[in-house]
Amino acid sequence: MTGLALRDVTLHVAGKRLLGPLSLDVAPGAVATIMGPSGSGKSSLLAYLCGTLDPAFATTGIATLDGADLAGSMPERRRIGILFQDDLLFPHLSVAGNLAFAVPANVPDRKQRIDAALAEAELDGYGERDPATLSGGQRARVSLMRALLAEPRAILLDEPFSKLDAALRDKMREFVFAHIRARKIPCLMVTHDAADAKAAGGYILRL
Amino acid sequence: MLRFAPVATLLIFLAPIVAGLLGTALPAFGWFPALGGREIGLDIFARLFAQPGLGTSVALTLFTGFLATALSLGLALAFAAAAYGTRGFATAQRFLAPLLATPHAALAIGFAFLIAPSGWIARSISPELSGWTRPPDIATVQDPLGLAFVAGLMLKETPYLLLCLVAAIGQADLARSLATARMLGYGKFTAWAKVAIPRLYPQIRLPIYAVLAFALSNVDVALILAPTNPPTLSVLILRWISDPHLDLFMPAAAAGLLQFALVAASIGVWRLGEIAVAYFARDLLTNGVRGGEGKFRATASRVALALLFALAIAALIALAIWSAALSWRFPDALPDRWTSANWLREAPTLSAPAATTLLVALCATAIAILLSILCLENEIRAGKRATKALALLYAPLLIPQVSFLIGAQTLLVRLNLDGGFAALVWAHLLFVLPYVFLALADPWRALDPRYMRIAACLGAAPWRVFLAVKIPLLLRSLMVAAAIGFAVSAALYLPTLFAGGGRWTSLTTEAVTLASGGDRRVLGVYAFAQAALPLIVYAAALAVPAILYRNRKGMV
Repeated sequence: MTGLALRDVTLHVAGKRLLGPLSLDVAPGAVATIMGPSGSGKSSLLAYLCGTLDPAFATTGIATLDGADLAGSMPERRRIGILFQDDLLFPHLSVAGNLAFAVPANVPDRKQRIDAALAEAELDGYGERDPATLSGGQRARVSLMRALLAEPRAILLDEPFSKLDAALRDKMREFVFAHIRARKIPCLMVTHDAADAKAAGGYILRL
Repeated sequence: MLRFAPVATLLIFLAPIVAGLLGTALPAFGWFPALGGREIGLDIFARLFAQPGLGTSVALTLFTGFLATALSLGLALAFAAAAYGTRGFATAQRFLAPLLATPHAALAIGFAFLIAPSGWIARSISPELSGWTRPPDIATVQDPLGLAFVAGLMLKETPYLLLCLVAAIGQADLARSLATARMLGYGKFTAWAKVAIPRLYPQIRLPIYAVLAFALSNVDVALILAPTNPPTLSVLILRWISDPHLDLFMPAAAAGLLQFALVAASIGVWRLGEIAVAYFARDLLTNGVRGGEGKFRATASRVALALLFALAIAALIALAIWSAALSWRFPDALPDRWTSANWLREAPTLSAPAATTLLVALCATAIAILLSILCLENEIRAGKRATKALALLYAPLLIPQVSFLIGAQTLLVRLNLDGGFAALVWAHLLFVLPYVFLALADPWRALDPRYMRIAACLGAAPWRVFLAVKIPLLLRSLMVAAAIGFAVSAALYLPTLFAGGGRWTSLTTEAVTLASGGDRRVLGVYAFAQAALPLIVYAAALAVPAILYRNRKGMV
């Protein structure tokens, strides 16, 4: 049983049901999309999968990744990457520093991996740059590379393209989905943009 | 573990204050076996009220305290109304941090150097403008009404309230509300009064009470600028306690409680005033009166604030000049001979109090930062504003120092802890922690939690998220908070005097002691050193993130 699976997941806050029950399977290399208006609990669902959900929420149901229950596993052990609408590059680190933060410590060829990631993002030689000096599109690409360098077993996208301008959005969608498919990891995206869902080309669930 | 941080912090904090107040109350009501007091009753209060000059003291305290608070608040509000959104406002903000880092006592001494009959201002206009060839016989410092004292308090409290206003403005998104009011035809001041003040006031209420409490009970500024016969109540108490005969110790404790009651009642009266203003202003807010352009008021308040800042800066310069003067005859505008001898001569005696100041401030600040971080992390991890009780942290800013320090000191003596370094650091921590917590809380709560979530999702363990992401992102705020904590500690007079038990002297206690003496050159050295130390630390604290992140535009 590989991929990401949700079974009857519900989120409650202050005794009221916010979301669910929701069941969903995402196979490796596939991109599933959850669409819904703001306030429908989409982002909270992703936080639940990451293990960073605010303790004010109560949850039921099961989420598994490659057959293993995620519950009780610390966020840093889950190996689930996440991208937000903001790139959230750490402003105190260089571009290469941001990428290095993600590379596991025991990997022998850290330097090469960072260089390769920079090349993939078409940012050769940008390693020592201050992330604040990059364009929006460049920052978004670094952000994806950073998430992938941590060798995630699944990736979550939280309205990842909504802050990019229209011209950039199509290119970025292509870039992100191509990389995720190439890594053969399951991807779950939440969005309120129908074009995102269409570009993902996978299963679509409307809340 | 983290869960207990707020409780532990409050215990470290409030238990000694409550114990101190009790320790003051016991002798005040007659129980102090060491001096033969074994009967609980009101005799001590009767003795207190029989003291000559007490009524005048209380009246002077109330008059100066309310006047200084009202003028500081009025000027801060008027200036903000006149200058908000202009370049002048941004310029004024740049002066706030250095002025706030300067200890009260140093500013007060420098201010006395300015306005004294033989001060720099008199020298600058003599003999040409004034015709004085010798210092005029006017009581400008320690004047009977305490006006010099009020002005000296305003030098610090106006910038402080202005800083609080700036913070409150930042949270309230006032710009659009004010623009709306202006488009509806409201004048600058009227728009400010009707739209801004009702929203800002609740946020600066606590700082205003702290200013009122400080103005009513501070000792160091009063010792330098307030009238001496009779002095303000807190100075009177200090005088009685320092009396070697101990006859007046128990009445002094009773006066400590009186001081406490005065401050509590004054805050109550101020609160009633707020309610009355709110009640009578309710209809005024919506009566549609637009008000005039307010050009005169705007200019007047800008000039008044500029004058106040100029006085503060001139006061510091006066300290520097005196510390380097060999001889400075009266009506000359500057010394005729300069020297480094004052500094060289005082250096050996200056170094011990300077080292104490530095060490105590560093220890108290480090502990305060640690406790604040623990409390804030607990708050965030618990997922809610965990402890309303943390508001009690501000108690030391509202309770007159002398009221609980009398009792705390007898307690320390009983526990054999008086004069110890730990007691000194603790006494400083009481006042450092509230300011450090205040300075850290907003940036800590405002930091985008997604940075930490994303770091965890990248595989970073909690301690690594904290050390490699959170601390670096908040480094600037941490350094600012540390600088504020240091400045607060370096400025403390009474807590150093009491907890130090005469064994520890700081630059502040030395400067205040010297202020009653004669030699302005020695006093200039000490007061300037006292002012310079926190300013240097402030500059150094800001330099750390500036250098570390010089190539990181996102960290500005």
